[in-house]
Amino acid sequence: MKHLFKRRVSLLFYESSTRTRTSFELAAKQLGADTVLVSALSSSIEKGESLKDTGIALRALGAECIILRHPSSGAPYVLSRATGLPILNAGDGMHEHPSQALLDLRTILTHLRAAKATPVSETTLKGVTVTICGDIFHSRVARSNMLLLPRLGARVLLSGPQALLPETAASAGPGIVIERDFDKALNQSQVVMMLRIQAERLAGMNLDLDEYKLRYQANSDRIAAHAPDALILHPGPIIRGLEITSEVADGPQSAIAEQVRHGVAIRMALLVRALNAAPKGKRK
Amino acid sequence: MKPILIRGGHVVDPASGLDADRDLLLRDGRVSAVEAPGKLNAAAKQEAAEILDAKGLVVAPGLIDIHVHLREPGQGYKETIASGTAAAAAGGFTAVCAMPNTVPVNDSPETTRWMQSPERNALIRVFPITAATRGSMGEALTEYGALKAAGAVAVTDDGKPILGDSIMRQTLAAAARIGLPVIQHAEDTRMTGGCSMNSGALAFRLGLRGMPVEAESSLVERDIRMVAELKDSRAHLHVAHLSTAKALEAVKRARRNGLHVTCEVAPHHFVMNEEAVAEYNTHAKMNPPLRSEADREAMLEGIMEGAVDSIATDHAPHAAHEKEQEFERAPNGITGLETALGLTMAVLHGKHKLPLSRIISLLSTQSAAVLNLKGRGSLAVGSFADVVLFDPKGQWKFHASESKSKSKNTPFDGWTMLGKVSATISEGRVVYRS
Repeated sequence: MKHLFKRRVSLLFYESSTRTRTSFELAAKQLGADTVLVSALSSSIEKGESLKDTGIALRALGAECIILRHPSSGAPYVLSRATGLPILNAGDGMHEHPSQALLDLRTILTHLRAAKATPVSETTLKGVTVTICGDIFHSRVARSNMLLLPRLGARVLLSGPQALLPETAASAGPGIVIERDFDKALNQSQVVMMLRIQAERLAGMNLDLDEYKLRYQANSDRIAAHAPDALILHPGPIIRGLEITSEVADGPQSAIAEQVRHGVAIRMALLVRALNAAPKGKRK
Repeated sequence: MKPILIRGGHVVDPASGLDADRDLLLRDGRVSAVEAPGKLNAAAKQEAAEILDAKGLVVAPGLIDIHVHLREPGQGYKETIASGTAAAAAGGFTAVCAMPNTVPVNDSPETTRWMQSPERNALIRVFPITAATRGSMGEALTEYGALKAAGAVAVTDDGKPILGDSIMRQTLAAAARIGLPVIQHAEDTRMTGGCSMNSGALAFRLGLRGMPVEAESSLVERDIRMVAELKDSRAHLHVAHLSTAKALEAVKRARRNGLHVTCEVAPHHFVMNEEAVAEYNTHAKMNPPLRSEADREAMLEGIMEGAVDSIATDHAPHAAHEKEQEFERAPNGITGLETALGLTMAVLHGKHKLPLSRIISLLSTQSAAVLNLKGRGSLAVGSFADVVLFDPKGQWKFHASESKSKSKNTPFDGWTMLGKVSATISEGRVVYRS
């Protein structure tokens, strides 16, 4: 398993993270790579160093690939242009969180077709409806999932209030439909993905949380009435009692801990792919 | 200064309705004669005039850009008046109007005069546009009379649009009394906080906050209502870098109602749409942002049908390190002086067959008219000897690295242009030759 023995992987984290950071780190270590973690606090980023210069410094120190988490959408493009290195996007602003979508997919596949080992294709998730509910506007997890799942044939329903789910979301790609009535969406779904309200990105938005819970909270009554067999996912962090109750999060339909567990395998695969694909001439 | 005979060219001068082969004699900084080919040879010889052979070239009034950022005073690392006007001359321009968002903001006669003083080494004429309110803070009006006397040709708070109803009404009324146009960068900034591109499906997909078209159109509509209320004052509103079909409709309605409302469109808004932002290209980030394809087409149609008065570049140089940042952090704006003619010719003339006289009108004659620049935008005898010579069939590639601007922030690097500038003459002096 030491495919990346002594290879050098840098983790560059401008935002806090528990699951993503730890699982990327464990993934790299399990493959034998040396990892270095740089986070915004406690590095020269605090002194105003640019993303470009931080990337150049990491490359000069031997980084062969960089795992980046950043609050600005598109930051991986800046780092890629600056360093020429393979960049793994560990979440950029409101844009994407691709490794999360892949581990969500793995979790879905494990449950929906446990015994089958056939390779995934455009029809693997045909007939499967996945509802993503909550703060979709601010969610990079939602964007990555709504772009990924329809490529395997799934139908994606988005549910949430206007302020957190603009109409334009439905035109982000094919196979995406907005259903603001969460109960109606649940009735049709085999998979339900709940999202946290991202208070840090709300920027003055006024949201009535009681009203929100009434309409969009995943609680026992609602799940029992409208989606008693659905798989319940949540990328975390969870705000218990807001978008999801403890009964549902810890209940028999929940695969939340399993999602986290799948993160390591998915990220091992991504690292192997990124480092083997790295063009050798580009390292300076 | 030696007289110049421009010989053998095809004169396109919308001001005098001329579109014919003519020779042109320039003397003492003015156009001294325009005659049939060969008719001026004797006079030129007698005066020992320098001869410019314009065979195969269009001879037109020098281009006029009524919206540029020259960055002086205060931000000479992005551009200086010298470097900006050198880029302008290379692009065929003989006059530029410089926006007041300098450091400090140009809100005084002193700064206005400083910008025009010979020490700035401007290659062509610079007309300052001064702040409408002190420090562009939107609170107290500047001294329009003194500013006009110092050379200001309009007032604006440009990037800090005037939102308050009362202060905008005062601005329009006071400027009308002095005879200055009010230029508005129409953006209701209450709707665009944290936004870095056009609102819509693409912004959603890229995870960027989008500026709605209504942020532009609602302010244009508000401003037009105010001009209507002040109708007897002859207030003149000029809408800067118009970018949306909705705002263009408002301008057209205002004109049908006899109001003095004019507008300009930047080349990038009729050449590109928001797709250029994909992959977070900061060289395609400007304000107003690149819009939808429908809005781009509306700008094109507005120009073709004559609803747009002027093509202006919004030349906005920024240093490399400023644009090499995260998309949301990078400053707005692109350079435009060296690509305006080439893009306009390629798209409006080459592709959409707009006659040369209309092209020149949009880039010179009407631009001069919008800001009332007397003796500019015309080759009639007695006008300033501001002339551009260009090959209307000349295709060329623009290379940002060769730009005369201090900054290279352009999305048009490597693009094929039409209409190659051969020479630019500013008030009788040759300031650029290819």
